[in-house]
Amino acid sequence: MADIDEAAWLHAEAQVTIVELARASGLPEELLRELVEYGALEPAPEEGDWCFRADCVVRVRTAARLRNDLELETPALALVLSFLERIQKLEAQVRHLHAQLAVPRR
Amino acid sequence: MKYKDYYAILGVERGASADEIKKAYRKLAQKYHPDVTKDPKGEEKFKDIAEAYQTLKDAEKRAAYDQLGSGYQPGQDFRPPPDWEKQFHERHAGAAPGAGGGAFSFDDIDLSDLFGGLGARAGRGARAGAKMRIPGEDFEVTVHLSLEDAYHGTQVELNLGMPEYDEQGRMRQVPKTIKARIPKGATDGQRLRLRGQGGKGINGGPDGDLYLNIVLHPHALFRPDGHDLYLDLPLAPWEAALGATVEVPTLSGAVNLKIPPGTAAGRKLRLAKKGLPKPGGGEGDLYAIVQIVNPTVLSERERELFRELGAASHFDPRGHFARGGSHG
Repeated sequence: MADIDEAAWLHAEAQVTIVELARASGLPEELLRELVEYGALEPAPEEGDWCFRADCVVRVRTAARLRNDLELETPALALVLSFLERIQKLEAQVRHLHAQLAVPRR
Repeated sequence: MKYKDYYAILGVERGASADEIKKAYRKLAQKYHPDVTKDPKGEEKFKDIAEAYQTLKDAEKRAAYDQLGSGYQPGQDFRPPPDWEKQFHERHAGAAPGAGGGAFSFDDIDLSDLFGGLGARAGRGARAGAKMRIPGEDFEVTVHLSLEDAYHGTQVELNLGMPEYDEQGRMRQVPKTIKARIPKGATDGQRLRLRGQGGKGINGGPDGDLYLNIVLHPHALFRPDGHDLYLDLPLAPWEAALGATVEVPTLSGAVNLKIPPGTAAGRKLRLAKKGLPKPGGGEGDLYAIVQIVNPTVLSERERELFRELGAASHFDPRGHFARGGSHG
């Protein structure tokens, strides 16, 4: 119980292999490859087997949950993924704008 | 175990067709799915909706539910008939009640667990009985951090209830405390993963992972934007006009900042590398946004000096109005 676990970042600089992404999301590798074809997932520009930026892991997990619970077909899943990415970008933009808004002083 | 009216949860008649049940589920799932809804009770509602659908979409489970449940009211304590207890055990472990150790009671399970072994898609617990290697479930939790903790890195203690399945495939919630070190440089909305700290795998399956979603508490002074920080920097009119050296707080202690003469309100002054540490090395920046602030109460002397300044100055802050809006 005294063990302290080191949490690992899932950010843009870290990478996950397609095998890891399949395990983390529960989606078969074949389907992940199909999502790349749809342009909903972008593999990192690396040689050899496909890798992805680790910040996509949570997005793919969310999409996988929606796929299972809402019984989505692959094109809908691809659309969900691209919308989730867009929401993430818009939220970052809101944070950026909010940070720059001065709080008026009395 | 409490009785739940699955038909009422899905908002369909008891005689609803499979198609009507599917339609009702899809409509509710789109509304209450925790990944979609902003409703804080969405997750709880969706759990019931999904549970109802898992049972009613399968003809065999639905028939068993109909047979068992008639005459019960929602929320009422539910006791399955005695022969059900025996059947339940046979389906799950091929063992009689009590075998395999540990007291078992129907109070420990959900209504839907009763139907787990039936139908085309058996539940998690039921599959465990078939000695298949099943990976543990992954979990996601939100961790609230102060900006200072994010800057320095910190250690958090998470108290979670983890479902565990015994050899008979029976589920029980086990409290679990996990201590995790959050490396320095966490930003709002960032995710971390603790490998193997999710649910226990069954029959030698790998343990699940635990995902942490970082949410930063609002800070009294600094507003984070990724690894950059923003700070409002109030200046007196004369400091902005003449220039000054002012003390500015940062997360690593106060620093002196030189204000150039003629600094306008809204100008961003960058303090390089005074933001949050970045994962790939280096730090974000701190931006001080200038605000020009007047004294709320003026002494007679101050009033006099401002009047004198007004009389002596040819400065026209609204000159561009007359030029049709163009600055310069």
